[in-house]
Amino acid sequence: MRFLSLIAAALCWLAAVPAIGQTAGEIVAQNRDQIARPSRQTIGPVIAALAASGDPMADDILSAWADKRLVIRKSDDVLLLSAPEGDDLALTALDGTAAGNTAPSEVTALRPNAGVRGLIATALVQFTLSDPDPAKRRAALASIAQDPKAEALEPLRAAIDGEDDPALKAQKQRLERLLTLRFDPDSAARVAAISSFGSDLGLDLRGALNPMVATSRIASATPPDANVARELRPGRDLTEAEAYDLLVDANLAPARLTLEVQRAALLANLKDGAVGGVPVAELNTQAARDRAYTALEASGVVPVAATDDEAAAALATARFYEVYAEPDRAVTDAAKAALGRIGTTVGAMQTADLALDGLSLASIYFLAAIGLAITFGVMGVINMAHGEFITIGAYTGYVVQLYIPNYTASILIALPLAFVITFAAGVALERLVIRHLYKRPLETLLATFGVSIALQQALKNIFGTQARPLTSPAWLDGAWVLNAVVSISYIRIAIFVLALAFLGFFLWLMKRTRLGLEVRAVTQNPGMAASMGINPDRINVLTFGIGSGIAGIAGVAIGLFAKVTSELGTDYIVQSFMTVVVGGVGSIWGTLAGATMIGGLQKVIEFFNPSNTLAAQTYMILFIILFIQFRPRGIIALRGRAAGD
Amino acid sequence: MSTLLEVSGVTVSFDGFRAINNLTFAIGPAELRAIIGPNGAGKSTFMDIVTGKTRPDSGSVSFGEKPVSLLRMSEAQIARAGVGRKFQRPTVFEDQTVSENLTLALKAGRSPWAVLGWSKTGVDDERILALAVQVGLGDSLGRKAGILSHGQKQWLEIAMLLAQEPRLLLVDEPAAGMTLAEREKTTELLVEIAKTRAVVVVEHDMEFVRRLDCRVTVLHEGAVLAEGSLDHVTKNQAVIDVYLGRG
Amino acid sequence: MRAILQPRHRSALVFLAGLALFTLCVTVAAHFGLVSTSFVKTLGKTLCLCLAALAMDLIWGYAGILSLGHMAFFALGGYMIGMWLMYARTEEIVIASLLNGGLPATPEEISQGIATQIFGVVGASDLPAIWGFAHSLPLQLTLVVALPGLLALVFGWLAFRSRVTGVYLSILTQAMTLALALYLFQNDSGLRGNNGLSGLQNLPGVTAGQDTVSVWFFWASALALALAYVALHSIVSGKFGSVIRAIRDDEARVRFLGYSVESYKLFAFTLTAVICALAGALYYPQAGIVNPAELAPIASIYLAVWAAIGGRGRLYGAVIGAAVVSLLSSWFTGGRVPSIPLGFATINWVDWWQVLLGLTFVLVTLFAPKGIGGLFDRLAGVHAPDRKGAPLGPDDGSLQEKEAQE
Repeated sequence: MRFLSLIAAALCWLAAVPAIGQTAGEIVAQNRDQIARPSRQTIGPVIAALAASGDPMADDILSAWADKRLVIRKSDDVLLLSAPEGDDLALTALDGTAAGNTAPSEVTALRPNAGVRGLIATALVQFTLSDPDPAKRRAALASIAQDPKAEALEPLRAAIDGEDDPALKAQKQRLERLLTLRFDPDSAARVAAISSFGSDLGLDLRGALNPMVATSRIASATPPDANVARELRPGRDLTEAEAYDLLVDANLAPARLTLEVQRAALLANLKDGAVGGVPVAELNTQAARDRAYTALEASGVVPVAATDDEAAAALATARFYEVYAEPDRAVTDAAKAALGRIGTTVGAMQTADLALDGLSLASIYFLAAIGLAITFGVMGVINMAHGEFITIGAYTGYVVQLYIPNYTASILIALPLAFVITFAAGVALERLVIRHLYKRPLETLLATFGVSIALQQALKNIFGTQARPLTSPAWLDGAWVLNAVVSISYIRIAIFVLALAFLGFFLWLMKRTRLGLEVRAVTQNPGMAASMGINPDRINVLTFGIGSGIAGIAGVAIGLFAKVTSELGTDYIVQSFMTVVVGGVGSIWGTLAGATMIGGLQKVIEFFNPSNTLAAQTYMILFIILFIQFRPRGIIALRGRAAGD
Repeated sequence: MSTLLEVSGVTVSFDGFRAINNLTFAIGPAELRAIIGPNGAGKSTFMDIVTGKTRPDSGSVSFGEKPVSLLRMSEAQIARAGVGRKFQRPTVFEDQTVSENLTLALKAGRSPWAVLGWSKTGVDDERILALAVQVGLGDSLGRKAGILSHGQKQWLEIAMLLAQEPRLLLVDEPAAGMTLAEREKTTELLVEIAKTRAVVVVEHDMEFVRRLDCRVTVLHEGAVLAEGSLDHVTKNQAVIDVYLGRG
Repeated sequence: MRAILQPRHRSALVFLAGLALFTLCVTVAAHFGLVSTSFVKTLGKTLCLCLAALAMDLIWGYAGILSLGHMAFFALGGYMIGMWLMYARTEEIVIASLLNGGLPATPEEISQGIATQIFGVVGASDLPAIWGFAHSLPLQLTLVVALPGLLALVFGWLAFRSRVTGVYLSILTQAMTLALALYLFQNDSGLRGNNGLSGLQNLPGVTAGQDTVSVWFFWASALALALAYVALHSIVSGKFGSVIRAIRDDEARVRFLGYSVESYKLFAFTLTAVICALAGALYYPQAGIVNPAELAPIASIYLAVWAAIGGRGRLYGAVIGAAVVSLLSSWFTGGRVPSIPLGFATINWVDWWQVLLGLTFVLVTLFAPKGIGGLFDRLAGVHAPDRKGAPLGPDDGSLQEKEAQE
């Protein structure tokens, strides 16, 4: 089919050649009847002649024709171009001179059908491709790229030399090669075009190559006259049922009986409580039904259906092939080789992309978990309400945006505000609840869980169940695109930077400040620290506050890309726990390692099973349970006697 | 003389610090031995190794007449093989009665199924009562261990160890926190026990060690510095330098 | 006879008598139509939840393992019995409809019909391999016990072997139930994805109405609760209970006594998982539907909440906690509690009940760690040991002096 249209296009072109030198008006005049009543089959040469005339008016005439603005004035039966002007139409003669205004009722518009309009549009391509306005040229290129057609190839080739914009020229050349490899009649030219791309990563290239190596399966009694990819053997490459279906498709065998058809046929031939001599009551096994049906077959009342033996025999007589849709062997070989090369590069790039994805997820987990890790490490307390602190942070961002419409400013205000609010909430939780439960870690777990359900429901009651918008500033929209495979959105980069900042901040806080020193002292030996004049109460409150405050900031960051609901935090809390557990308690580096591992792992599992993020999480949790077997204390664990039992 | 426990060439380090350094030690089936040494000499780590809490980096630990290696066994298996341990601080189950504590320790099947099917017989009752009387807790059987005094808890723990009927008893500072009378009683008991089984006592208190009147092993920096009677080791110049000399 | 009248068995006898009285009252009330069928179901379901709470108390209150994943076993039990209920029920329907078609059904048609009926909602028409036993009640009943039991055994073995304890273990069990829930949410898990199994209230081959069936299930739940109570009471009041309480308080010391701590934990974990599975197998036919949301971590945490509010370390406490909280919960969320107008806002209990529950829970943990059961102790005059400021136990075990005093 495509081949035919290719020939048609070539013929059009040839037919049009003698027309060079004539003006558009002359061509129209010569073909007046055809233009007035065009048919898709015959109008081709006329359009081609117009397009090739070199007359600047040809563009206008064709456009007007396609837009149904080419009209016949009723008074003198002259073809004119029209354009609406108020209630009237402004008329222009075919040589470009103005021809006055008239009422729409005074003219008859030509209404070419869709097929003809398609041909016109293709012919118009060459005009737009050489249009003085670069934006129009770019748009024309884009429209060809989106819907590549054989007809576009020649106009495109013609438009390359005259192009003075280097970027557009490169685009045209690339598109020309893409069209060549698909539509050029010359096999060698196509192969050359394919090879010229090397291992180019463009999606357009893969989009062009993939249909060429697409295959279909056929059954054939004789070796087929087609570009055979490989021969298939029933039972090995395809099931026998599939093979038989191919036989049926190729009219080499009768269709098999489905249970429903057999049932219907039996019911239709039910006579005196029996079918084909078999009593109805006995028809409760497949064997009995088959017997009844065979009896019916013998009496000729039902079509013959293949039995198992017949089906097997039919399979033996035919052979099965996988054939390319593309008939040219040299082209499919080249396309396969090119796809192979591309595949290797894409693999490498995908690995890079995966690493970026993993890193970005790791940053999110790091942000979500670092607060938890600090309170757990320093105080041995698991704060189940941590997830709700994340949610509170996200809602803070939402509320700030209600009052400050400027997204950049609102985010800049929301970040510290979320910190302050969740810091206060953390301090309140520590003072009111956790302080009374030191040394009873399991009960802290439960008490903070009570806080968690109360907070979550309270938030739900206040903000409702539907998702609230937290919009990121415009400069965070979009993505940093490295090539067709590797890209990362700016929001994720921002979160990565935020995570890095917090990593730096905490390293500085713990290693370089008095507070950090005291926190480490309390972590290692609270009793000793107390006797050195450090007030563990103060340290605990501060740590808990800071840990909770970071949850708030993480909430704003997560809210920018996730749905802000009262369950936002819950979605991250288990992963945060995992991060802390896998990373090892009491170490910022441990949390970082845990986040990297969990984020990376989740992305890798998703990569292998992209359709199923649920399964990915299942497998990841299973992996973590197994991981704990080998490193019960996490990746970075305290060792030696201090670790105790 | 045959040996019950033989530790040879054991080394263990924590983060590069050698807590035990090529330690070699042996004790007979019915012997009382005191281990002394300054803080950090490796006394507790030595006990941890024998009881399976810590795994050595190298060396061997074998136990029994037909020596079996303790290194591949879990804490519970080692305990079942006949090694009992008494911690420095009394560790009894405070939420349970004295009788329950002793029942737990009583020599019997240790697997969950055996315990499920276990029921107390008259013989068990007599044994528990006898043990309680032996350590002066005869009238406290029904009381919760948590309300006993510190010394009574020490006694209860010793009684629990006896109920286990171990062949080797590791005792960590038994006299700590005891009154003089209690110490004397403890000494008598340890000497008595050592007639039928091996007892290793880790102790700081020289007076207590002297009263035990047994062979003494001095540990220093994870290795044996000297061994012999108390008089013998206290005359050893090296021992005086590292331990006694510090006053 | 003398043995069971010992004081240590008193609480069990009181409990059994109370349960018997309660069962009798409900039966009589249901017989004379004084209570609705749905209320009988609610009570029956509550008894099942009490049974699960009983298991929770053994594993947490006695063995000190705060499992946040036991409702996974509960739901799995429901899934296992649900598979048979759904299969057998669908089989009846399919056979009936095929018979109307004029021809007696063949086995192939029946199984095809069942598969399409059950799996049409997830776009599949084949019966997954895991439904291989669904045609047989005895096999599927075996699975009710075997599958959750095996899961608990494997998970517990992995966890306890590597000596994961305390909050780590809690988080790990939470991860387990989450992983299972996520798995079941998938359409190709073979258990109808988020649709779950439904129509479980219809017993195959039973023509009696729901009013009768609900009483049967109520009896079965009461009987299961009674039997489990007796079994667990005999376990915890004997030497086994002594060992697991000792493990809770100082597991290293128990090891040096020669007990293999891991085996005991594994035993308790698996036993309680099986009890939960049985409870689930009785619960879901009364609820009518089981879906993956039932395995959400929150469900297991509620189980812990019930045990904590009822009072840990005493079996009747867990039962009372589960009954009180779950009944209150269905009362409040049922919308039958009058709203409280505050002038500026109205407290609508359907919305605010959870907030109240959460805060109550915090208060109970803070001020009454022994829960409702603690009140009984006070009435019975049982006091915590007063150790006059003596040193704590050697380890930071879960039983601390402070806790003992409170």
